[in-house]
Amino acid sequence: MSTTEEKEKTVAEGEQETAEHAAAPEQLEPVTWRFLIPIVLFGVGFVVSLFIGWVIFPKIIYCEKHQPIDFSHSVHQEAVDEGCESCHFFREDGSFSGIPKLENCAECHEEAMGENPEEAKLIEKYVEPGKEIPWLTYASQPDCVFFSHAAHIKMAELECAACHGRIGDSDHTRPYQCNILTGYSRDIWGWNIAGMGKNAWDWMKMDDSARMKMDRPARMKMDDCGDCHEKRGTSNACFVCHK
Amino acid sequence: MKEEHGHRPGKKTYKYGMVIDLDKCTGCGACMVACMAENNISFRKDETNKLVSNFWMRVYKITNGRSFPDTDVCYIPRPCMHCEGHGHHHHTPCVSVCPACATDYDHETGIVSQIYTRCFGCRYCMAACPYHARVFNWWDPSWPKGMEKYLSPDVSPRMRGVVEKCTFCHHRLQRARNKTYSEGRREIREDEYQTACTQACPAGAITFGDLKNPEHKVHKLVEEGKKKKIAFRLLEKLGTNPKVYYVSTKDWVQKAADVYLGEEGKPVTHA
Repeated sequence: MSTTEEKEKTVAEGEQETAEHAAAPEQLEPVTWRFLIPIVLFGVGFVVSLFIGWVIFPKIIYCEKHQPIDFSHSVHQEAVDEGCESCHFFREDGSFSGIPKLENCAECHEEAMGENPEEAKLIEKYVEPGKEIPWLTYASQPDCVFFSHAAHIKMAELECAACHGRIGDSDHTRPYQCNILTGYSRDIWGWNIAGMGKNAWDWMKMDDSARMKMDRPARMKMDDCGDCHEKRGTSNACFVCHK
Repeated sequence: MKEEHGHRPGKKTYKYGMVIDLDKCTGCGACMVACMAENNISFRKDETNKLVSNFWMRVYKITNGRSFPDTDVCYIPRPCMHCEGHGHHHHTPCVSVCPACATDYDHETGIVSQIYTRCFGCRYCMAACPYHARVFNWWDPSWPKGMEKYLSPDVSPRMRGVVEKCTFCHHRLQRARNKTYSEGRREIREDEYQTACTQACPAGAITFGDLKNPEHKVHKLVEEGKKKKIAFRLLEKLGTNPKVYYVSTKDWVQKAADVYLGEEGKPVTHA
C-alpha cells in the first residue's frame, strides 16, 4: 500500500468521525435499553447455574436404587404387638439388631399369608432358598462412628421417629439414594441441596414433635448429633460417638 | 487448640487407669498379642524391624547393667499413659499440641481419644508424647488373605497417614455402656469394662479399673503401693500425671522408670 493511499484513508476516517459526532445527539434514544443486556445475561446465567447446581447436580451425584422388596411398615405395625421393637429389637447385651434378618421374616412368612405380589417375591426369592434379603440401609453411618441405640432409646427415652422420621407409618419403601463419590446414603448427607429451610440445618434444632411428623430424616451428620448433645447437656467428647 | 470435654456438674465421672505389677511380669508378650488382635492392628511381613511396626501395647526390657551374678532384668509393658496433666487447665502433652483437635481428654472417663478421620498425620503428638505411645501408619493396613474375617467390627481400622494409639479398649467401654443402659443402670461395674491386655496377662500383672473408686482393685493397689513406696509412674518428674501406675519392689527399676540422674537434680514434683 502506498503512502498516499494511507493518507487518503486516514482523512476519510477522520471525516466519518466528525460526521458521527455531529449525529450523536439524535442517536441517544435507541441506546437506552442496552444497559439491560448484561443484567439479563447475568440473570439467565444465574438461573442456569442454580438449575445445574440444585436440580441436575443432585441427580448426577446421587445414585438411585430400589429396595429388593417394597415393604409396608404400616401393614406390619398393625400386625405386631410391641411396635418398632417387635422386629428391630435389642439383644441381651444391649446392642441393637437393626434391620431384621431373614429368620425374623420367616417366623410369620414361612408360607404366604396373603396374595400380595411383594410377599410372593419374598417367599420365592429369599425364604425358600434361605437367602438373606439385601436391604439397603438408609441410616448407615461411616465406619468410624459408634452409635448406641440403647443410650438413645432406653436411657434418653427418645422415640424412634425423633431421628428416623415417620418411616414406621409408610406404605412403601422410598428409593434409596447414595452419593456415588462417598457411597454414603443421602439420609446422612441431607436431602436439601440448598442447605436452607427446615429440611436441613434446622433438623436437629426442631422440636421432637415437629421432627416426628417428617417422613424421613433430613440429615444425620456429625453436627446434627453434636447439636442435640449440646442442647440436652450430653457429653460431646470424641469417644462418645467415635470408635 | 485445646479440646477438653466433660466438665459437667452432677455427672458420674470415672478415672480409668491401670496398675502393672512389674514383679509379676514375665515379659511373655501376651498383652501385646491380645492388643493387636483386639484393636485390628495390622502387621508387616517382617516384624523384626521395630521401627516400622505398630504397637499400642509394647513390652520393653531393661537391665540393671551389672554383670553376673548381680545382673537383673525387668520387663515394662507400656500402654498409653492417658496423661491427665496438672492444674486447672490440665495439660495432656499430645492433646495440647494437636492442631486438628483429633485427640481430646475426656474428663468423664479419663481416656485420651484419637480420631483417625480427623487426624491429618502431622505427628506433632508423637513428638510431644514422652512415652512413645503413639505410632504412625506409614502404610495402609493389610492382613493376610482371609484374616480380614477376624477383624473386630467394634474398632475402626486406620488408614495410611494417621496416628494411632492405645485407647484403653474404649470400644469395650461403649459395649459396657450399651449393656448398662439397656438394663436401666448408669454405673458401669468393674468387671463389665476390662481391657484386652488385662484379661490376657497370664501372670495377672495388669489390673484395670476406676482409680477414683475405692472399691476397685486399682485404687487399693495404688494406695497400698504408695504406702509401701513401691508404686511409681514413668517419667513422673515431667508432670504429665499418667494414669498407669507401676509396682516394683526393686529400687533400680523405680529409679530407671524416672530416668534417675543421681545427684544431678531433684525430680520435679507437682502439688
